[in-house]
Amino acid sequence: MAIIEARGLVKSYPKAKVQAVDGVSFKVQAGTCFGLLGPNGAGKSTTVEMLEGVAQPTAGEVLFKGETIHVGASAKQYRDKVGIQFQSTALQEFLTVRENLRFFAALYPKTRSEEELIRVCRLEDFLDRDTKKLSGGQRQRVLLAIALVNDPEVVFLDEPTTGLDPQARRNFWALVRGIKAEGKTVLLTTHYMEEAYELCDEIAIMDHGRIIAQGSPQSLLAQYFQESVIELPTTLTAALGDRMPFVDRGELSEFSTADIAASIDALRLAGVPLAQLRIRPPTLEDLFLKLTGKDLRA
Amino acid sequence: MNIKRLGAMTWARSLEFLRDRSALGWNFAFPLLMVAGFAWIFSGPAQPIFKVAVLMPQGMTLQTASHPVAAAPGVQFYEESDEATARKKVERHRIDLAVDLTQTSARYFINPASQKGAAVEALLKGTGTLANGTAPAATRIEQAGEGIRYVDWAAPGVLGMNLMFSCLFGIGYVIVRYRKSGYLKRLNATPLTAAEFIVAQLLSRLVLTFTVTTVVFVGCNLFLHFRMEGSYWLLALVTAVGSYSMIAMGLVISARVTSEELAGGLLNLLSWPMMVLSGVFFSLDGAPKAVLWASQLFPLTHLLNAARAIMLDGAGLASSAVATPLAVLVACSVVFTVLGAIGFRWTQD
Repeated sequence: MAIIEARGLVKSYPKAKVQAVDGVSFKVQAGTCFGLLGPNGAGKSTTVEMLEGVAQPTAGEVLFKGETIHVGASAKQYRDKVGIQFQSTALQEFLTVRENLRFFAALYPKTRSEEELIRVCRLEDFLDRDTKKLSGGQRQRVLLAIALVNDPEVVFLDEPTTGLDPQARRNFWALVRGIKAEGKTVLLTTHYMEEAYELCDEIAIMDHGRIIAQGSPQSLLAQYFQESVIELPTTLTAALGDRMPFVDRGELSEFSTADIAASIDALRLAGVPLAQLRIRPPTLEDLFLKLTGKDLRA
Repeated sequence: MNIKRLGAMTWARSLEFLRDRSALGWNFAFPLLMVAGFAWIFSGPAQPIFKVAVLMPQGMTLQTASHPVAAAPGVQFYEESDEATARKKVERHRIDLAVDLTQTSARYFINPASQKGAAVEALLKGTGTLANGTAPAATRIEQAGEGIRYVDWAAPGVLGMNLMFSCLFGIGYVIVRYRKSGYLKRLNATPLTAAEFIVAQLLSRLVLTFTVTTVVFVGCNLFLHFRMEGSYWLLALVTAVGSYSMIAMGLVISARVTSEELAGGLLNLLSWPMMVLSGVFFSLDGAPKAVLWASQLFPLTHLLNAARAIMLDGAGLASSAVATPLAVLVACSVVFTVLGAIGFRWTQD
């Protein structure tokens, strides 16, 4: 069953003459993790804000369990059922983590127990710390706990790991997996393809306000790539020229091929040293490059 | 309106304010320093700036150049129409002297306790002004009141000014900061309603500024012994309503602004004219009509008029000196609250 459905969402800002979202439709199945991927400015956050009932669509509608949601005061009931973590949110300063949790808990009719939130989001070590003094990763965990305070059916996470170091990012992924395991629906935006691959059951890749590909990460990769990628230092591949067109990716160059054995034979024949050769499966980053002709983080 | 949510928001905002030690300290220290400073400055010799009221004969105005009364240098003359008012102002040190030219023989009213009164009397005698042109000399009439020090008059002004800054910036700046940092957006994503949020901000600020002002007042009173002729309860009521009206004024400014710089500019644009034109430090008697008219636009003017009437003249609620400004403050409160609530936006969008 689709718990959330976007139907022809459009968001334009006439003053800035920007069409941030240009006709986006998809369904999110209950209990899954749905990822919206794309570079900065692709329209992910704007789309999510319309789904959250925070921003009013210029056209189209959002359905929650088959019923249209409205922005404004009437959306308040919908907010009881969803949890939101915005891309950047300030917390009330001079209040501790625990006080912030209690404050947000007081705003909802039905809440999850404080102990459980602390355990699920691993807040034990900094519960009595002023929110001003938290690290990036700790802060995101507190914001996640606040998003979960009303024990929501759907959790929206808008770029929750942007700016975090790899370790903090992996820790956060573990939390999200835990939430999924509880049967909650997670809607995530990210520009980290690895994150989407790790967490999402289904993804929609966005660029310029439109969805350009949608499906499970594995099926998308299978659909667009029959090949694997061979990587070699650029200094070794430059001489190959048109015989084997490697794509220059800085220090390393890449060559996509469906026949690894034949390609390696060709390289050996050409006298290229293979000591530094690497073969890897295609990633969502490759997919994005293939679909848009540009790097995700360019 | 959900009381639990309202309470939680009020509590969170109040805690934030109370724990922000530097800002809280400043809230106490600033008015204390101001009052102490004024008490010290004006305990010394009086400044040679004189203000003299003139009661003119029928059909004549002070502008009539032929009359020698306005000729003395270094003195500001202005027309007063009513003898009782003029005498009261002399008694209250609001003006230094009043000259009555309505009688055949000129008279003047002077407060024997006033240093400035004595100085301007000597000055005017020296220039021949008090001779009324024809009469040999004007009659001296002493208008003694119980001595009111400048600090008795200025203290409500300074406390009121501090209250004004605290009210305007404490609401205006804070809400804009919340909006800019995305905190309002986050709150909007909860079941908290705009009305609950606004009322919580107003309540929290009202209770805190009122408490701070009371503590500062009591603290200053310990060593300055303010003159208090009227009711403390009435003074508290006037202070509460006056504070609320200025808090609501701050709400109007912050209703949809997203830039702290713009909010700061707008708040300064409001607070500085109020500070200058509401009679915080000096009485506006004799000021140009436009200034007097402008001063009526500011809640602080009405708050100070009522507070001074209570403290210095012992005016009660039945007196128009208190009832009128109080009514104006209530009206301001209602208008600003409605405007602020209608204009309020959680986010820029």
